[in-house]
Amino acid sequence: MTAIEALRAVPSIPRRDDAPIFAEPWEARAFALAVHLNERGLFSWAEWAGRFGANLRANTEAGECLTYYEVWWQTLEEFGEEKSLASSTERARRAAEWREAAARTPHGQPIELRRSGSAG
Amino acid sequence: MSHDPAGDDQHGHHDHSHLEGMELKVRTLESLLVEKGYVDPGALDEIVETYETRVGPRNGARVVARAWRDPAYLERLRQDATSAIAELGFTGRQGEHMRVVENTPEIHNMVVCTLCSCYPWSVLGLPPVWYKSAPYRSRAVSEPEAVLAEFGVTLPEGKTIRVWDSTAEMRYLVLPERPAGTEGWSEERLADLVTRDSMIGTGLARAAGEVS
Repeated sequence: MTAIEALRAVPSIPRRDDAPIFAEPWEARAFALAVHLNERGLFSWAEWAGRFGANLRANTEAGECLTYYEVWWQTLEEFGEEKSLASSTERARRAAEWREAAARTPHGQPIELRRSGSAG
Repeated sequence: MSHDPAGDDQHGHHDHSHLEGMELKVRTLESLLVEKGYVDPGALDEIVETYETRVGPRNGARVVARAWRDPAYLERLRQDATSAIAELGFTGRQGEHMRVVENTPEIHNMVVCTLCSCYPWSVLGLPPVWYKSAPYRSRAVSEPEAVLAEFGVTLPEGKTIRVWDSTAEMRYLVLPERPAGTEGWSEERLADLVTRDSMIGTGLARAAGEVS
């Protein structure tokens, strides 16, 4: 499944011509993550489209609290949990590490995690 | 998660970096998946790169085209870029404090930043993948000619290169030189000449002959 095929399989993706349009850079990252995990065989695109579509409908019924790519992201986190790729506990811990890394990084420097055990 | 619309600016006054909201969530999951070997960061970058020119409307191209055609607009852009850009209806959380740096026959400007949160994507579109890399940042400062050469940009001898460092307080838009042979062109046609890279200074505007 290429990105273009993925687009065609989820017809609601905001796009112009045959390319998706993103409102913010993280949305492009989220799009790429789903396409890539599918390429790596961690789920089929039919499975992705099914779950994402259901989440999208639920969001619409709930009054569209989330944006399109926030629902996309919700689906990614669900798959991460269910397929034991990354649990919510792991995510919470890692998010805290990133926050700490940002807090000790002067503005304008790249934010990097300081891994225990790594030299330097 | 609440998002205070003025929050981003307030953060700008602190001296350290912030990761919040969706940017934090994405970085969190991505780093876990890379660490566990589920995700190849190179392949991910490649997918993003394929679409990197497609974030939002390329509002900056309109700003540049207007400035080329309209001297009064150019003057307002020089005085207060933030307001001049807002005149065209372009405002966004990331685009607030803008300054325009003008390329001239004597000066070429390029912009560096290591944080995508500094990047005015509402004006420029999605940042290129390499833009956030530490090597790009340090080399752009230490050997800008070599970096430009790698992007296929050769500047005339004697031209001064100025490198600007984006911060949370100030984001830059490079105003590329207007290509020769475009006299009398419409704003729309001119905007087609303005590439994302020309607005961060790692490229020049397209030549008149490159578009129909």
